[in-house]
Amino acid sequence: MKLLSFLFTSSIGRKVLMAVTGLSLVAFLLVHAGINACIFFNDGGETFNHAAEFMAHNWLIRSAEIGLFLGLLIHIVQGLSLTASNNQKRNSKYGASAGNANSKWYSRSMGILGSLLLIFLVMHLKHFWVVSRFTDAIQETAGSTLFDEMVVVFKDPLPVFVYVIGCISLAYHLLHGFQSAFQSLGINHPAYSPIIQSIGVGFSILVPLVFAAMPIAMHLGWIQ
Amino acid sequence: MSKLMKLNLKVWRQKNTNSAGNFEEYKVDASPDMSFLEMFDVLNEQLIETGKEPVAFDHDCREGICGMCSMVIDGRPHGPKQGVTTCQLHMRSFSDGDTITVEPWRANGFPVIKDLTVNRSAFDRIIASGGFISTNAGNAVDANSVLIPKEVADEAFEAATCIGCGACVSACKNASAMLFVGAKVTQLSKLPQGKPERESRVVAMVNQMDAEGFGACTNTGACAAECPKQIPLSVIANLNREYISAKMNGK
Repeated sequence: MKLLSFLFTSSIGRKVLMAVTGLSLVAFLLVHAGINACIFFNDGGETFNHAAEFMAHNWLIRSAEIGLFLGLLIHIVQGLSLTASNNQKRNSKYGASAGNANSKWYSRSMGILGSLLLIFLVMHLKHFWVVSRFTDAIQETAGSTLFDEMVVVFKDPLPVFVYVIGCISLAYHLLHGFQSAFQSLGINHPAYSPIIQSIGVGFSILVPLVFAAMPIAMHLGWIQ
Repeated sequence: MSKLMKLNLKVWRQKNTNSAGNFEEYKVDASPDMSFLEMFDVLNEQLIETGKEPVAFDHDCREGICGMCSMVIDGRPHGPKQGVTTCQLHMRSFSDGDTITVEPWRANGFPVIKDLTVNRSAFDRIIASGGFISTNAGNAVDANSVLIPKEVADEAFEAATCIGCGACVSACKNASAMLFVGAKVTQLSKLPQGKPERESRVVAMVNQMDAEGFGACTNTGACAAECPKQIPLSVIANLNREYISAKMNGK
């Protein structure tokens, strides 16, 4: 355990942990977006419900979910504590600032973007995860599916609005986070880094766009 | 001779480390051919002639190699130009009638000594913790007895151009010293002469960096963008790599 204690104590180790947990969350997003995109078959949620049933009952997926929540928790706690400690390194502030001249605003705002995501996440888990795992509301025998739950939630414009804001925060969070994770792990190469950066930009635009399309499409009744 | 420019300056004045400090406004007529520091010499002569305390600022070589000058000009360390130090910045980069804000490096790791002068001995302590190599005394060995590939020598040399001015710390939102430490670790770890202490060095230097009160790296890239020697961000990746591998080896 002593061997890995640097992941919680040193400035570089803490960033390594942020990178590892961040990249595993990126992998999760890809699976999540892929499965949820099944609603775009517009078959009354049949394909989607089938996939959701598999995810809910496969023991491998269920065990991975524990790892996912652990990684998420570490990413949140470590992220908040790193932001707080970094903010204490300059007690006397600059009179003139020219931040945009040397860096992107979203790279300097990861703490705020992450916090917006956290607020969204609480609402999102309450809508779907809690309902499907801890209540009897969603069961095939009860005649109600996860797809039906989506239809109900996204009838209301407020969740649709919050979900779109959440997706925009996610896009900017990923735009910096995806390539930053590789840098934190020491991966910077004249040939591979441009490829990593291009994949990062593509991922950051595409995945949040697919996610944002779901509440919008359901609210407007394009998918029934 | 070129026409003189009329400039308004907002300069940070701070009596000592423990006093609060504030901006003072001054008017200076400067030639566009002057360097930024020469313009400050003119300001200080004006202040001395009127019986006021001159502005304290660091400078030494005035040719961009010593790393002493350290002014944040309009929010940017070493001013608006890329790849230059304050002493190599000329007044032709500004316009007649401009208001220019001049501040010291601001970071808890660099306490202000007076006005625009900061104490950068934290960097010295980081170097002392591991930024050296061990060599045997005796006759100088033949230059070609240790072969070093050209690309490796180039990488080490590029990192070695760091003059330790601290612009990276002053530009970073976290006041992180990762570009400086990355440059020093890269310079030494790439070459065979630096291999014996490779792992203990990186761990010692990072420990000292953290102890001096510098922040962690958010990879915003502000440091490399403002570095007067244009040290690339890849030295930070190299530092991370060296550190992770040393830690995994139990150092």
